[in-house]
Amino acid sequence: MVQATAVLAASADISDLKATFLAAYRWMLLARVAEEKIAALYRGGKITGGVFLGKGQEALSAATGMALRKGDIFAPLIRDQAGRLAFGETLLDCTRTYMGSRLGPMRGRDGNVHRGRPREGLMAMISHLGAMLPVVAGALLARRFRGLEDAVGAVSLGDGATSTGAFHEGLNLAAVEKLPLVLVVANNQYAYSTPTSRQFACEDLVDKAVGYGVAGHSVDGTDLAACLQVLQRAVAAARAGGGPQLVVASLLRLVGHGEHDDAGYVDPKLRQSPLGADCLELAGRRLLREKWANARTLREFQEEAQRQVDDAVATTVREPLPDPNTEEWCPLAARHLCEGNE
Amino acid sequence: MITYLEAIRAAQAKALADDPRVYIYGQDVGQFGGAFKATKGLAKEFPGRVLDSPISEDAIVGSAIGAAIEGMRPIIEMQFADFSTVGFNQIVNQAATLHWRTQIPCPITIRLPSGGTAGAGPFHSQSMEALYAHYPGLIVMTPATVEDAYSMLLEAVAIDDPVIFCEHKYLYYHLKAEALPTEAVPTGKARIARQGRDATIVTYSAMLHESLACAEEMASDGWETEVIDLRSIKPLDTDTVLASVARTGRLLAVGEAWPWGGVTAEVIARVATEGFGLLDAPPMRLNAKDSPVPYHPNLWGTHRPTAKTIAVALRRLLSA
Repeated sequence: MVQATAVLAASADISDLKATFLAAYRWMLLARVAEEKIAALYRGGKITGGVFLGKGQEALSAATGMALRKGDIFAPLIRDQAGRLAFGETLLDCTRTYMGSRLGPMRGRDGNVHRGRPREGLMAMISHLGAMLPVVAGALLARRFRGLEDAVGAVSLGDGATSTGAFHEGLNLAAVEKLPLVLVVANNQYAYSTPTSRQFACEDLVDKAVGYGVAGHSVDGTDLAACLQVLQRAVAAARAGGGPQLVVASLLRLVGHGEHDDAGYVDPKLRQSPLGADCLELAGRRLLREKWANARTLREFQEEAQRQVDDAVATTVREPLPDPNTEEWCPLAARHLCEGNE
Repeated sequence: MITYLEAIRAAQAKALADDPRVYIYGQDVGQFGGAFKATKGLAKEFPGRVLDSPISEDAIVGSAIGAAIEGMRPIIEMQFADFSTVGFNQIVNQAATLHWRTQIPCPITIRLPSGGTAGAGPFHSQSMEALYAHYPGLIVMTPATVEDAYSMLLEAVAIDDPVIFCEHKYLYYHLKAEALPTEAVPTGKARIARQGRDATIVTYSAMLHESLACAEEMASDGWETEVIDLRSIKPLDTDTVLASVARTGRLLAVGEAWPWGGVTAEVIARVATEGFGLLDAPPMRLNAKDSPVPYHPNLWGTHRPTAKTIAVALRRLLSA
């Protein structure tokens, strides 16, 4: 594994692990509760289209969102509910997009996880997820052109996206330009149903860092403290001029690809292995063990998360849906150049 | 005299000079000045704003989209239009949908050195305008004159949407004008390149010149052919086309691209559906052959329409 030694040594470790850990736990929990609600709505036929959950990936996701700050750029993957919240996305953006509210950021034009507010640094993914890597690289190039060099861009991808051309082209471009980009790869062992053995032949995805000339970091994705530590280091290294950072987290997707998928293809041995541990449960146990929280506090966190989610859903369900009769069908910003929609 | 290629270079120089948000990104565009020298000297004149990219069309376009989100107005040079297929996903799925999905404009200009030249072969000769025009959210320009190469490229950079700028390689050196224009017809308006009363040829890009040569030859036989230069194929100026067909009653659509579902098919579909009563004869079209673009001049010269083959088609149309 390559380490950005000089820069890493200069970066501070998390000064107050307790506070950071607690905050991260609450984002993870809020994400879990929100996603459980979305899944319930899906099962009740209240959501059109797919539902994609991040169960098992919340520690990595929350750590990514928390390592970033206002003014940074974040291109999440489809299991980044926790990271989105930590980065500043509201629950309403989630519920409105899933439930098709006209008041959401995508206004019914796109759904579920394909949402964002790019001008606020939160990229709205297209389904060809690897394609977001070059986009963030370009956004960082633009910051450089504008003399704003202190921002970091984080891109979340899965093990499947590492096989795409955009992954190669984007990471190589970012390396050539020495951009402050953190590429977080959640190796959750399956791309839809395809196991990593059919996805790549290298021993460890982090080995790819050497080939691209970027720093590499490995982390146990089930361990929240480790995720917080490694993401903070990687983001600090990128911000300090250390160039792109490849973070590879090992974990297991604890749900199907989407809620339509029972994930019957997942090797039971993997489920029983340490990779198959639930990062949220582990984090809760650690809170109790370290006496950073007691059982009552955890219950209060749960109730508070439930209340926030219920509020967001209750608000969204009363909102107007897209109206095809008043919809502006012109896709162009230069409306006078539109044709064909009369 | 200024060539079509020099006009493209001059427009980029002006865009860079006028707007600090503009930068140029592409393969060999920096110190080398581009494979065709369309950016010659610009890296020196505008330090740090004309950058060599890796051979990564996906990342080139993707990065331009990211930069556009951040308020820049990138000009992307694809070394050949044919190579844009590698960046196709970013163009049609990311750039073309960005504004519709997020309400954030995506002002990027993608220059595609397009069309055939003798000896260039299957992968350095393609005309890809129809492919891009098919996708909502893109504007597709196909300038046929030195003046349009200049003014439309400047307009492309100014437009708040992704523009596919199909510049024709055959015209780079062959086409010359006295001076750069000071005013221009806006995008979306076709131009009547030659007036006539007997038949209408609708065309664009390099085929304009083959069509004009054909019209000249036909004039010696007493036929007056109206020739319309579409200038942009998306938007496509249906009004000007229909008005011309209303005058002549006969339509021949000519394009260098392949026939299936292309620009000529679109022109004929529009005239047939919106102006059927104006036609005195079945509309015709002429395209390249439905085969890859061949390398050898003997084959290439027959693969695409020429003034001669256009004249043959036109005589058939006039006798129908």
